[in-house]
Amino acid sequence: MNSRSVDLYWLERHPNASEALSVISKSPEPTLDALHGVVGKYLDFLQVNRADKLLQRILAGSPPPAVGSKPLRFAILSTSTADHLLPAIRVAGWRRSQIIETHTGEYGQYLQELENPHSDVIKFKPDVMLLVFHAQHLIGNSALTLTHQEADAYVESILERIRTVWRLAKSRFQGQLIQQTIIPTYLPLVGSNEQRLPGSPMRLVARINHALGALADAEGVDLFTIDAQIARDGIDAWHDTALWHRAKQEISPRAAPAYADHLLRLVMAQRGRSAKCLVLDLDNTLWGGVIGDDGLEGIKLGQGSAIGEAYIAFQSFVRDLSRRGIILAVCSKNDVANARLPFEQHPEMLLKLTDIACFIANWDDKATNIRQIAAQLNIGLDSLVFVDDNPFERNIVRRELPMIAVPELPEEPALYGQCIADAGYFEALQVTSDDFQRNGQYLANAERDRLRASHTDLKGYLKSLEMELRWQAFDAVGLQRIVQLINKTNQFNLTTRRYTEAEVQAIIDEPRALTLQIRLLDKFGDNGIIGIVIGLPEADALRLDTWLMSCRVLGRQVEEATMNLVVERARSMGVRRLIGEYIPTKKNGMVKEHYRKLGFLPLDNVADTLADGATTWEHRIDSYTPFETSISTVQGMTHG
Amino acid sequence: MDDQAILTQVSAILREVLDLPDLTVTPSTTAENVEGWDSFAHINLVVAIETHFGIKIHTAEIEELKNVGELVQLVAEKLKHKKG
Repeated sequence: MNSRSVDLYWLERHPNASEALSVISKSPEPTLDALHGVVGKYLDFLQVNRADKLLQRILAGSPPPAVGSKPLRFAILSTSTADHLLPAIRVAGWRRSQIIETHTGEYGQYLQELENPHSDVIKFKPDVMLLVFHAQHLIGNSALTLTHQEADAYVESILERIRTVWRLAKSRFQGQLIQQTIIPTYLPLVGSNEQRLPGSPMRLVARINHALGALADAEGVDLFTIDAQIARDGIDAWHDTALWHRAKQEISPRAAPAYADHLLRLVMAQRGRSAKCLVLDLDNTLWGGVIGDDGLEGIKLGQGSAIGEAYIAFQSFVRDLSRRGIILAVCSKNDVANARLPFEQHPEMLLKLTDIACFIANWDDKATNIRQIAAQLNIGLDSLVFVDDNPFERNIVRRELPMIAVPELPEEPALYGQCIADAGYFEALQVTSDDFQRNGQYLANAERDRLRASHTDLKGYLKSLEMELRWQAFDAVGLQRIVQLINKTNQFNLTTRRYTEAEVQAIIDEPRALTLQIRLLDKFGDNGIIGIVIGLPEADALRLDTWLMSCRVLGRQVEEATMNLVVERARSMGVRRLIGEYIPTKKNGMVKEHYRKLGFLPLDNVADTLADGATTWEHRIDSYTPFETSISTVQGMTHG
Repeated sequence: MDDQAILTQVSAILREVLDLPDLTVTPSTTAENVEGWDSFAHINLVVAIETHFGIKIHTAEIEELKNVGELVQLVAEKLKHKKG
């Protein structure tokens, strides 16, 4: 029953995926777009294998992918068979519009491959490396009779082995390192109180999996906690002992699509491609019944009925998501007064209007309204998840806006929350204090918009905001948020260079580098860290390796104030020129003219060496006149 | 379900596994005379048949199978027991 999660039940079903694949395969010119239409829906493992063959065939015969969709290089080093997982990983990638090239190390040879700087896996230059160790490989055969103290030491020694492998891997490549937790395949020998046998292999595996969390955090490694998923679904959904003996497949082929889906969440989260906003329908989604027909007393919400309690539980889950940084929006076909009524007056309503960053209720079609929501919140359409109990509305939105995630919501409201959680739309790799304040920040933006409407001139409006820009070089306190912004900012990002925590630390340790974290405060509150600049020394110049900002603060002269700051810092470092770079992606077209607007001149002579329409720019420090802004600039920041 | 119906469904699964939509399958078809039917494909075939028919095929039974006809017989037997 629960193994439906292995069948990715939140994905839309294709009426006949096998036939659709055959049609594409037999067409004279099969295209990636046509294939995308099929792999966006659920495919079983056989269909996934076929879709992958087709994908590889199309890629082999087509020109290199367009700007911004650079293939991602994914390597697995595993002590069990992993080849059968690769097609699913590549297809799960294309489901997310990401081309993936894969590489598997020699079966069980991970140490040799990592120790040798010229091994195939190192030469492959992976962007992502996944490490998989099976239980017997780590535990061995001699643990059973260990005493408590010996078992403790044994667990420590195994963790130390794993740490050594991680450090070796990190010395060999710069990308994202993912460790899969150990699949709990050992059987119980004692029973419920397995802990009374300190050397029980099953118990040792559980202890190692538990301890990996802290170890991974300390070492900057991301965990793929397959053991937690197995605890929810049951091991039979994921692992087939007979197949383990027959082919050393630790993950059953049937579970390969689910395995890949879970894995890709981590990979996409690292690249800022997780969803950011939950768009909610109201009637029969947040409460039972129709507010316009049933009225405040008639809708089912809260204690007293099982259905009413199910909706409250869903609201509670949604509110928790919002508290950890997911933006909430409402998109409802209703009169706006009716739609707001339960939020304002229903005593059991958990979600309040202040939890909703963008509230749209009218009789327009939902696709139009969802576009409006994305525009108002200034986030990409592909970072929205749309939740609606009505299959008709879901299908319209899917057809009009295929980039939006629209889960197949179960009919039972008690399962709404589980469906959204199982689908993993909001996978995150860090949670920072800024996340906790996110919804408040978007609400304050709405306040700012109102203030703006009351001012006839932009200058007067900006002055009335009483903005203060606080800056500081990168530091340990801000590190997590800095890494998060570097990895998830897509739109206002000049170069879209992604860095791991270790790489950012290396930049901090470079004395001639300029690092700026920038915070913006105004009369409505603290916007959190909204800007990151990294400048790297290059002869008499400073090359602006990274310049990114949160889209929340656009149109408030923050770019100009930041430029003033960058020039001032560069001057104090004895630098004579600034060099700016723009590397286009699918998403950062808005900053194409960023450096020109800031008075940089294009450097044409190097254009030949640049790929994909990238541009470089130069600004001399001695000819710089600071921009006039309504922002006061202050050094030092209090971290919220 | 009679043997012919099982053969039809097994054939469809085999075509899907091998990604050969036009493959002709008869009871005498064996792995040796079909291109691409390797041990990897064989595992996928067994897993897909188990999932499709809701049965479990044992390791020893898999090793004894000589051709598609025997696989169909095995599935038929398992389906009989499943009902009974």
